[in-house]
Amino acid sequence: MLDFLQQLVSGLALGCIYGLIALGFVLIYKATEVINFAQGDLMMLGGFVAYTYITILGLNYWLGFLFAVLTMGLVGMTIERFVVRPILGYPLFSIIMVTIGLGFLLRSLAGMIWGTDDLKIEAPFSEGVLRIGDLVLAYDKLSVIVVTVILIAVLYLFFNRTRLGTAMRATSENMLAAYYMGIPVKRVVSLVWAISAMVAGVAGVLLAPITFVHSNVGLALGLKAFPAAVLGGFGSIPGALVGGLIIGVVETLAGFYLPQGWKDVAPYIILLLVLLLRPEGLFGALGRKKV
Amino acid sequence: MRFIFKTDYEQDIKLFQHGGAWWSYGLLFAVLAVAPYLIGSYLQSQLVFVFIYAIVGVALMILVGFTGQGSIGHAAFLAIGAYTAAFLQARGYPFEVYFPVAGILTGVVGAIVGIPALRLHGIYLLIATISFAFIVEEVLARWESVTHGNEGMRVRAVEFFGQTVSRDSNSFYFLCLGILVLVIIGTLNLMRSPTGRAFIAIRDSETAAKSMGIDLAKYKVRSFAISAAITGLAGTLYAHKMSFISPEMFTLLLSIEFIMVIIIGGAFGLHGAILGAIFIVMVDPLITMLKDDLPGMVASLSRGFGVGEEGARAVQDRLYAIFSAPGLKGAIYGLIIIMFVLFEPMGLYGRWLKIKLYFQLFPLYKKATFRRQKTYVKSERNR
Repeated sequence: MLDFLQQLVSGLALGCIYGLIALGFVLIYKATEVINFAQGDLMMLGGFVAYTYITILGLNYWLGFLFAVLTMGLVGMTIERFVVRPILGYPLFSIIMVTIGLGFLLRSLAGMIWGTDDLKIEAPFSEGVLRIGDLVLAYDKLSVIVVTVILIAVLYLFFNRTRLGTAMRATSENMLAAYYMGIPVKRVVSLVWAISAMVAGVAGVLLAPITFVHSNVGLALGLKAFPAAVLGGFGSIPGALVGGLIIGVVETLAGFYLPQGWKDVAPYIILLLVLLLRPEGLFGALGRKKV
Repeated sequence: MRFIFKTDYEQDIKLFQHGGAWWSYGLLFAVLAVAPYLIGSYLQSQLVFVFIYAIVGVALMILVGFTGQGSIGHAAFLAIGAYTAAFLQARGYPFEVYFPVAGILTGVVGAIVGIPALRLHGIYLLIATISFAFIVEEVLARWESVTHGNEGMRVRAVEFFGQTVSRDSNSFYFLCLGILVLVIIGTLNLMRSPTGRAFIAIRDSETAAKSMGIDLAKYKVRSFAISAAITGLAGTLYAHKMSFISPEMFTLLLSIEFIMVIIIGGAFGLHGAILGAIFIVMVDPLITMLKDDLPGMVASLSRGFGVGEEGARAVQDRLYAIFSAPGLKGAIYGLIIIMFVLFEPMGLYGRWLKIKLYFQLFPLYKKATFRRQKTYVKSERNR
């Protein structure tokens, strides 16, 4: 039982990371119907940027965290401006290929700039543990869970309560209609990319004390965030988190209880099952057009 | 300029639209027939890889370019074909038996993968095919009684009707060339049959196709099955050419390379698959050349411009350091994809058509002829 709880908590922490990456997919998908295959690599980049600020430049952890997230916002806007905007409106497949290419590019550049060694960021809380009875919870894993829940709540309120959030939702419903209503669609899309890159940055910084910062970390985690996003219904913000949690927990438990090999495949098996049985996901509102 | 005046339907579905094509393809064929005797063994081997990639490119073109579906999991089909060949060869079956068997088996698997495609659009389909590829990769690594797991499998030379065809011989070159030509002719015939036209109708508009009485389910599954089967055939050739296969050869990167073949070539015609295959196979030697020769060339060039010996050496070392950085290949791949989609969306074959049209229309060519239409109001959620 204790083992189970222990695994459950690590699964939840991992699931939160998946959830954050999936959230990035969902935001961009909602606004522009583009899937950003480089989302995991943006997360990786966030980790490296934070490493630069905190370990190389010697900034305070929280200040470095803040700067890293802001830098990632800029990166997101730059990518949107120079890579995504010129091909917006073209077939989906070309856009997806561009983001795949971008992922390659970011991964290689990160490897060239920061090297291929495993880097580690020391967080002020990374050594501490919380003991509840016999259960030992590391603070760095708890921090992931807490920050994710706060972030999701803030974003949920932002999209449902603020003027800008409403504009973003309108853009995601119908770009042309939103434009006619006076919404500056280009700026909104640019901001959506910024937010999504910032979320990826947060995930990257949170992940850094738990695993190492390495240029390939984004690919593996980014691909496993797809099942999370699909499970949550690819278009729902709470769905991304719930999907991420389920995938994270299932993966961790499969690694603990099932024979070797199941751990890596379990998320994809879930994904295929969801696509076969309920393609709209848990929270999805995927209407189907009838001919 | 040549005007093709069509007077009946038979003319519209001819394999060659005009007599000149016989000459140009005949010439190409003649060049390919004598090539292995004139070029070195390295280039001959590269050409064999071009043929294999081109077969996969044609397969993907049927699925992506003609039916409008997506797949980032074709390495898995290639793997299934390759492992079927290796497994059956180890049991003593000859090439003429396991080659079709590999195609049929992969086709069946492709049909099964195609079934979810009935309900999935765009990204969902891509994600599903990626997951399928991951699962296949993991199964290959774990199912040790058949695949020998991560140790991999040796593949012996082809035994074709009693003849042994080693992987470096000219006979293997002609075997691959022959299969490529058969696949291309088969595909051309497929595309002028009712099935092929149904594929194109589905690509252009599913709704319209359905209203015209096309059974979407049947044709999508069929497209997946045909594409997978051809990839499986390429897989057997790939296994023989590599002479050793292991699960880590069939990764996501390989699937993406296959997609790059058709993106670079131009995802709207079979010429694109061939041109893309040539490009992708030649990228690797080019990168190696960049690493080995370019620093020296730039250094001697800068000496020519009066930079001192010290400076030239520094330039050479700096360039060498840049080009031998790990991950250079990834960066170049990424740049190639981005640049092609942004600036040459119709690929190499599109560029060729543009150049041809420029000279045909000489002073009257205008860029807008090839401008693609943008569509902003497309919401998959309301489909």
